[in-house]
Amino acid sequence: MLEVRNLQVSVEGKAILRGIDLAVNAGEVHAIMGPNGSGKSTLAQVLAGRESFTVTGGGVRYLSRDLLAMAPEERAREGVFLAFQYPVEVPGVSNVYLLKAAINSLRKHRGLPELDAIEFLGLVREKMTLMDMADEMIYRSVNEGFSGGEKKRNEILQMAVLEPKLAILDETDSGLDIDALKVVARGINALRSAERAIILVTHYQRILNYVAPDFVHVLSQGRIVRSGPRELALELEQRGYGWLEEAAPTSPLGASAK
Amino acid sequence: MTSTDRILADFIRAAPLLPGAGVAWLTRARQAGLERFAQTGFPTPRDEEWKYTSVASIEKRSFTPLPNGAHAAPPELNALAFPHFPGHCVVFVNGRYSPALSAVGLLPPGVALESVADTLERAPDALEPLFAADNRETVFGALNTAFMADGLYLYLPRATTIEEPIHLYFVVTNKNAAIHPRNVIVAEEGARATVVEHYAGTHGVAYLTNAVTRIFAGEQAAVDHYKLQQEALQAFHVAGIHATQDRGSRLWSHSISLGAEIARNDISTTFDAEGCEATLNGLYLARGRQHVDHHTRIDHAKPGGTSREYYRGLLDGASRGVFNGKVIVHPQAQRTDARQLNHNLLLSKDAEVDTKPQLEIYADDVKCTHGATVGQLDDAQLLYLRSRGVDEAVARSLLVYAFARDVIERIRVGALRSRLEEMLLARLPQGERVRALA
Ligand SMILES: Nc1ncnc2c1ncn2[C@@H]1O[C@H](COP(=O)(O)OP(=O)(O)OP(=O)(O)O)[C@@H](O)[C@H]1O
Ligand SMILES: [Mg+2]
Repeated sequence: MLEVRNLQVSVEGKAILRGIDLAVNAGEVHAIMGPNGSGKSTLAQVLAGRESFTVTGGGVRYLSRDLLAMAPEERAREGVFLAFQYPVEVPGVSNVYLLKAAINSLRKHRGLPELDAIEFLGLVREKMTLMDMADEMIYRSVNEGFSGGEKKRNEILQMAVLEPKLAILDETDSGLDIDALKVVARGINALRSAERAIILVTHYQRILNYVAPDFVHVLSQGRIVRSGPRELALELEQRGYGWLEEAAPTSPLGASAK
Repeated sequence: MTSTDRILADFIRAAPLLPGAGVAWLTRARQAGLERFAQTGFPTPRDEEWKYTSVASIEKRSFTPLPNGAHAAPPELNALAFPHFPGHCVVFVNGRYSPALSAVGLLPPGVALESVADTLERAPDALEPLFAADNRETVFGALNTAFMADGLYLYLPRATTIEEPIHLYFVVTNKNAAIHPRNVIVAEEGARATVVEHYAGTHGVAYLTNAVTRIFAGEQAAVDHYKLQQEALQAFHVAGIHATQDRGSRLWSHSISLGAEIARNDISTTFDAEGCEATLNGLYLARGRQHVDHHTRIDHAKPGGTSREYYRGLLDGASRGVFNGKVIVHPQAQRTDARQLNHNLLLSKDAEVDTKPQLEIYADDVKCTHGATVGQLDDAQLLYLRSRGVDEAVARSLLVYAFARDVIERIRVGALRSRLEEMLLARLPQGERVRALA
């Protein structure tokens, strides 16, 4: 589904990603871990289409298309979804506005009729129940004045409504209380299916207890320095990242052929 | 012939024809206005108050006063297609009241809602104190006093409320006309009214509107004032709105600026007694080579006053915006609470804004804050919306719409608010799509 090959990205002339290789197939869950500043969010945002990051080498294929040549909205319509590490506040644009714009642009792209008001609200209510969110939240401006945890929950609500093929969750588990973590995990698991793939960027093993990954990758200084099965996350939790930094990069396990 | 000579000649020609020509106090006031103008002539960029707004093109264009108004053919008026808002409607064509086009409903007893020209002919003395010189008046205000021909005179006796908005339409069809509307609004103790001044002109016609509105809000009175400036794009619009507030009174001033080549607004209020409140709300949209300037001034002259200013500008093309917000907290004005915000969104690289808060605080127990920003659409917000599948053009329009709505939402006349939303959407690329989301 997703094939990242030798991806190199720089920001304002500074090399941040220095050759990332990653292959994600439908039905898989990949966890990406790694120290602060190692480039996890950069990778996530490049995949979503952030233009201020310059791709200096390598490429990304998504469903056999050149992902990097697609506009961010086109990627979204083709099923890519990024839950932002820092969800953006958009004063004056209500959640319900954004959800309606998002779902209908997706449907239009797929040749489906737009949802009418009743169908739309029905869908949103159903997903809000899943996310344990109060009704009034959808009439508030997007993320404005939301607590950290509410913002994260809102990201997963959007994901639940849009039902992406490839969901990239950038530290969606950070800053969540225990109950919220379960709710968010429920939202993620509800999406899991043989047709979809999930990339979970996280610092903690905790979320992986709820959403079991097929692969764990460690990103360090702009490279994937280690890939392994689920157990790698436990090892990292115990040993930290130090022991990996000297180690030579290994070929990522997830790079199996499609 | 200098521009001042030309204005003097205009005055000699127009004065005998102006309403109230035989009224001694008015003649003196007009003379005095003319003299104040003649002393300085048109302002130049060397004047601090006119630093960013050049009126050279107004000065160059010999606009001629129309003391008696001018006939406008029905097709010209139809072309303007001014909307019919619910409420009382008073129409001025080329500066003079048009009874045929106006429709005023039933009014509470004692209310005067009439043409200033009529009042000057019938019972001029009621107006004398209301025309007294005011130190907030600009040079254009002085010119207005000299040449003013008509406008609204609204008088609300004690504890009277006019529920329905009063819409004033000032329409100009005459090329090169100089129109000097003068409106006077008096709300006695506890009275309430909503007045909308709406300015428009025939497409493609160049003229000058130079309006002055004086508002006197008595104790506990409430005045909700709107100015919707939709002049022809070749026209020039200069307006002074000056309020004086008595104890516990409330003023809302909304200035929506869309039209005109150059628009200059001086909006002020003076808290003349304790516990006054004022909200100054403004939105300016400019594109092409339009220039729009708001100078606001709030005089906290007495204690316990609260003022709020919310001005936003949306500038496209090579347009220019100016905002200057003066707040003066006089020594007596303890417990003043003043807040001023001016946000500007530049939609093109050639658009420019000069924004300047000017706080003069002479009391110590005060809460005064201000904030001004000039910026472009936020890239992070754009990416966020686009990453949810929203087209770039729609995302941009949505953000612009949200930005302007902050001001529009404060408009309390429903019909006006919806019309503005519509007008804004009509200007935005993909506005239809944005509307569909609402
Ligand atoms: N706009 C920018 N300008 C300059 N440097 C940037 C910019 N954005 C990111 N960086 C740098 O790129 C590096 C990688 O940042 P990134 O946000 O991808 O890290 P991360 O792995 O997500 O870290 P964290 O775990 O703290 O979220 C950091 O050193 C960061 O300072
Ligand atoms: Mg990050």
